[in-house]
Amino acid sequence: MNTQGKVFKYPDNVDTDVIIPARYLNTPDAKELSLHCMEDIDSEFVKNVKKGDIMVAGWNFGCGSSREHAPLVIKTCGTGCVIAKSFARIFYRNAINIGLPILECEQAAEEINANDEVEVNFDTGVITDITTGKIYKSQPFPPFIQNIIKSGGLLKSLKEGENNG
Amino acid sequence: MGMTMTQKILAAHAGLESVEAGQLIVAKLDIVLGNDITTPVAVNEFKKAGFDSVFDKDRIAIVLDHFVPNKDIKAAEQSKTCREFACSHCVSHFYDVGKMGIEHALLPEQGVVTAGDCIIGADSHTCTYGALGAFSTGVGSTDMAAGMATGKAWFKVPSAIKFNLTGSLPSNCSGKDVILTVIGMIGVDGALYKSMEFTGDGVHGLSMDDRLCICNMAIEAGAKNGIFPVDDVTLNYLNGRSERPAAVFEADPDAEYEKVIDIDLSKIVPTVACPHLPENTRPASDLHSVKVDQVVIGSCTNGRMEDMQAAYNILKGKKVADGIRVIIIPGTMQIYRECVERGYVTAFIDAGAVVSTPTCGPCLGGYMGILAAGEKCIATTNRNFVGRMGHVDSEVYLASPHTAAASALTGYITEYKGV
Repeated sequence: MNTQGKVFKYPDNVDTDVIIPARYLNTPDAKELSLHCMEDIDSEFVKNVKKGDIMVAGWNFGCGSSREHAPLVIKTCGTGCVIAKSFARIFYRNAINIGLPILECEQAAEEINANDEVEVNFDTGVITDITTGKIYKSQPFPPFIQNIIKSGGLLKSLKEGENNG
Repeated sequence: MGMTMTQKILAAHAGLESVEAGQLIVAKLDIVLGNDITTPVAVNEFKKAGFDSVFDKDRIAIVLDHFVPNKDIKAAEQSKTCREFACSHCVSHFYDVGKMGIEHALLPEQGVVTAGDCIIGADSHTCTYGALGAFSTGVGSTDMAAGMATGKAWFKVPSAIKFNLTGSLPSNCSGKDVILTVIGMIGVDGALYKSMEFTGDGVHGLSMDDRLCICNMAIEAGAKNGIFPVDDVTLNYLNGRSERPAAVFEADPDAEYEKVIDIDLSKIVPTVACPHLPENTRPASDLHSVKVDQVVIGSCTNGRMEDMQAAYNILKGKKVADGIRVIIIPGTMQIYRECVERGYVTAFIDAGAVVSTPTCGPCLGGYMGILAAGEKCIATTNRNFVGRMGHVDSEVYLASPHTAAASALTGYITEYKGV
């Protein structure tokens, strides 16, 4: 599995209120919500993002609220992957549970520039910046989490577990 | 090797003799919580996955608090989804308008959560219940759905930072000043993935409302949970309140901590977090030139009785500054009622404030006090991110009820000097 696309670059501490402002959370509809993804810090994002594109950010991405709507809108916009120096823990959990690929890689998050063309291979954790030619290796997930991702999310993996006895 | 208090609770709920930091475990849950924003997503996931029953109707709490009484038609639809789910599964802890409160003020008050519990909630401030000596953490809607179906959740056992509290707080400071000071010291990711364990002789002088406030904002330092030891203050609070017996866990004397931070409570000063991160803290006394348009006293952080009392003591018989809007929101219906009975509501209205029924409303920019471009608010809430309370060009300053009420009288950020 892999994704390739253009990079949207963001700073440290991108919080869930800017990923999806609470004023829109009067609906659980991911498509409708995704029209407002990142609008308080990057009003152009929704207009410009294409399927497979990649978000690259600093420390503590997704801090704040537990709203699962945050990884959901990023995924619904077509974003193929988020690379950050670190993720806030609830966002990290939610991203895995809903199947938004995320990778922690400090060096890649530091060096990759906005608008670079980047390819990510999720099986190997290798991040390739096609624009600069640089290659980075991210931390692989522990097997327990890889299982959730492989199943297509937490609930599917639980159902599989049920069926397997 | 010894375990921290959090690790001991997790081990007990995972049926293991011991656990260590970094270990992945599956733990039994005592309570699974959701609100009117996160529950509809969980209900959808629950149904999609094909689950048709909940693990225990008495261990699920659904609280309508963010946008109720319904702020608009869409919010009404979300409440309806929660109501129908709660009804069809006979969820015993379902709190609708008239019974509801802000979830993290309500569940401790009603005795739904207790010491020794393992709790998940689809709300980031679920970490509040650590004040009771429980392990409690925020998760997303899918985890809530899985928790409702199976009564279990997976966790990575956290390491911990120990905060050794000594001394006692000055009379113009509260738990809010303590936690803002801590977040200012360690930063918004200073406790990422970790437990914040508060301990030391200073703990015993902190009221339950102070402790609930401190644990509430553990998430603002990135923590998985905050936790206090169980002492007489805890047992007195739980006595006659808890639906289930409390279980007391203590950290082992040889528990390992990543770091130990000493905090002398007597040195705490009225503290304010400036826009746009809770770590941007400064003494309130440095911010006298900041003119505010609005004051909010309430939220899951500071909507409890002691918070209302602090506001009352400062506002009674006075008038709020010209041109300032003061919104006071008691956290639960019981607190609301007590504010009426004690004459606080009359005093607030006479001072020129408004008093709302319980709601998260303005804290997350929902309704009931949204800011226009360029406006500034001093609030006892928990987040001051860009656009949190309204327009992307508005600003939120986080403070204690004492500081917020004192600022309401002057129209500028002002610390309460005491009587």
